[in-house]
Amino acid sequence: MIAIDERGYYGEFGGAFIPEMLYANIEELRRLYVKVMEEPAFQSEFRQLLRDYVGRPSPLYLAERLSEHYNAAIYLKREDLNHTGAHKINNTVGQILLAKRLGKTRIIAETGAGQHGVATATVCALMGIECIVYMGAVDIKRQAPNVSRMRMLGAEVRPATSGSQTLKDATNEAIRDWINNPEDTHYIIGSVVGPHPYPDMVARFQSVISEEMRWQLKEHTGRENPDAIIACVGGGSNAAGAYYHYLNEEDVRLIAVEAAGHGIHSGESAATSVLGTKGIIHGSRTLLMQTEDGQIIEPYSLSAGLDYPGIGPLHAHLIASGRAEAVSITDDEALASAYFLSRKEGIIPALETAHAFAALDKVSFQADDVVVICLSGRGDKDLDTYIRHFGRFM
Amino acid sequence: MNRLDKLFSKKTKDILNIYFTAGHPGLNDTGRIILALEKAGADLIELGMPYSDPLADGPAIQQSGQQALKNGMTLPLLFEQVEAVRKKSEIPLVLMGYFNQVMQYGEQRFFDRCVEVGIDGLILPDLPLYEYEQHFRPMVEKAGLGISFLITPQTPEERIRKVDELSRGFVYMVASSSITGAKGHITDKQLAYFDRVNRMKLDNPRLIGFGISSHETFATACRYANGAIIGSAFIRALAEAEDVEEATVDFVRSIRGVNVSASGAIKK
Ligand SMILES: Cc1ncc(COP(=O)(O)O)c(C=O)c1O
Repeated sequence: MIAIDERGYYGEFGGAFIPEMLYANIEELRRLYVKVMEEPAFQSEFRQLLRDYVGRPSPLYLAERLSEHYNAAIYLKREDLNHTGAHKINNTVGQILLAKRLGKTRIIAETGAGQHGVATATVCALMGIECIVYMGAVDIKRQAPNVSRMRMLGAEVRPATSGSQTLKDATNEAIRDWINNPEDTHYIIGSVVGPHPYPDMVARFQSVISEEMRWQLKEHTGRENPDAIIACVGGGSNAAGAYYHYLNEEDVRLIAVEAAGHGIHSGESAATSVLGTKGIIHGSRTLLMQTEDGQIIEPYSLSAGLDYPGIGPLHAHLIASGRAEAVSITDDEALASAYFLSRKEGIIPALETAHAFAALDKVSFQADDVVVICLSGRGDKDLDTYIRHFGRFM
Repeated sequence: MNRLDKLFSKKTKDILNIYFTAGHPGLNDTGRIILALEKAGADLIELGMPYSDPLADGPAIQQSGQQALKNGMTLPLLFEQVEAVRKKSEIPLVLMGYFNQVMQYGEQRFFDRCVEVGIDGLILPDLPLYEYEQHFRPMVEKAGLGISFLITPQTPEERIRKVDELSRGFVYMVASSSITGAKGHITDKQLAYFDRVNRMKLDNPRLIGFGISSHETFATACRYANGAIIGSAFIRALAEAEDVEEATVDFVRSIRGVNVSASGAIKK
């Protein structure tokens, strides 16, 4: 049985290793998150925004040409069609409603690819709340369109200049901001990472993905359970959402796809399940890339959203317990699959999502297996990167 | 009796605890700075284990940690440096660091090694009370190590009592809701918080830290607690120093409010 306990542990992973300065805020969230989320008024407001503003339910699309190529029934869960172009908005809509109920007047967020930053800036604009997004200086360069979108939406984008200047460092800066502003500020974390209750809270907000998958699959195939679900994992929020209602359905294979950068053992990678050991990052006991001395190793992936040295504690538990299979995909494999998907199905995926598609070449299926890929986001933000590699892949 | 208990049994006022990061500015400055601090009249030293991702720290301490790591600082080396300086120094030493470092070293092994080299206490800001009580309290207490937990302006009274119960040596009073490294003066709101905690009559002595950076802020903090902790301001002084020993002596004197000879930077 996969479940989270009272203290925020999935098996031995999770918890809340936070400095005392954050205790009051985290404790408030811990006490209230389930209660608030289950209130009928909250649920109806959340559901209505997901429907009318985000555009849910997102379609479940049978990708016929892809299915033919891989000899399996491949369904795409179209989170790329959500408002702002990725799954991230499911979580930010939920958290902004929560923040309002907690009386918070200032929102901070971290972002890697910029999708979570955009999704946060969007809901802050919608609610008229001040928004500050921390983003690694490297990511600001490689995801420029999203930086402009955040600014247009009225958010302030603050560069994180420490460490590798990517997602990990942006998260550090956001946490430091929260320590400095504990009273008026809510921190909208963008993935199933961080101290308890964030991993569970974000997973619950994202669980709408698998909630819809169940009835959509039933409509398409006559049964609720697919044979496999494939999702990319940065921190793991789109994967958590796509797995959520199937976590305890043992007949459903869960496939988690990580970024291997230039190759798992190249020294430039973000393949945490292979390279990671048990440790603490951003307040959570999980798997992370670190030295023997416990210093966190700077990860690398061409994809800003997967360029993170840890994974959410749920995924650490799923992988360590054998419930989920981990697959590592290099930059080049992901790029190749982005071009392939574009040509096969007329869908340009986000670079993060392209990793999930590349896994199709690495796992084997039975002939008529039903496979769902979480198409977590669209590729507009990555066009510059794709254009730079045109010569090699087209 | 360990050196921390000895200190607090002798001295209850104006205790000066200075933080610095091991291996900064130079890899082998650790021992020299410890000796200089002792000579200059610091009562207690909080020695930072440099960490790649110090969540509760501001730019000064972050940068000192980065520099120390670049210099080649590691935990085993830190222990060796402490072991060496212990032959010449009796100043109480408290290790400060993030819990992941302890976890990777192995908790029991870490506590044992601390005792072996002459560390007297620990500050692990991201080790929650709950985890400590569940898993590590017996190990730390059996080893005879001190441990200081933090309270902040937001910590409710009941939890302050819990912190007092679990802490051994002293309670670390975080002066304001902030990361380390703030400058400036102490506000009335902070004074009210200091006063509130003061009146709780905790079992442990209290040291106030975060944002204590000058003779004035040190003196104010000392009026409300047994002493105070200074970190970032000292790190900044070290980072600019030509001679770390001289800079250390000058810094301690400036905090104590004594004339400074060598650099002449501060005159009372
Ligand atoms: C489209 C897309 N997919 C996936 C991710 C990775 O995040 P997570 O693992 O939380 O789903 C991101 C992160 O930025 C993203 O933008």
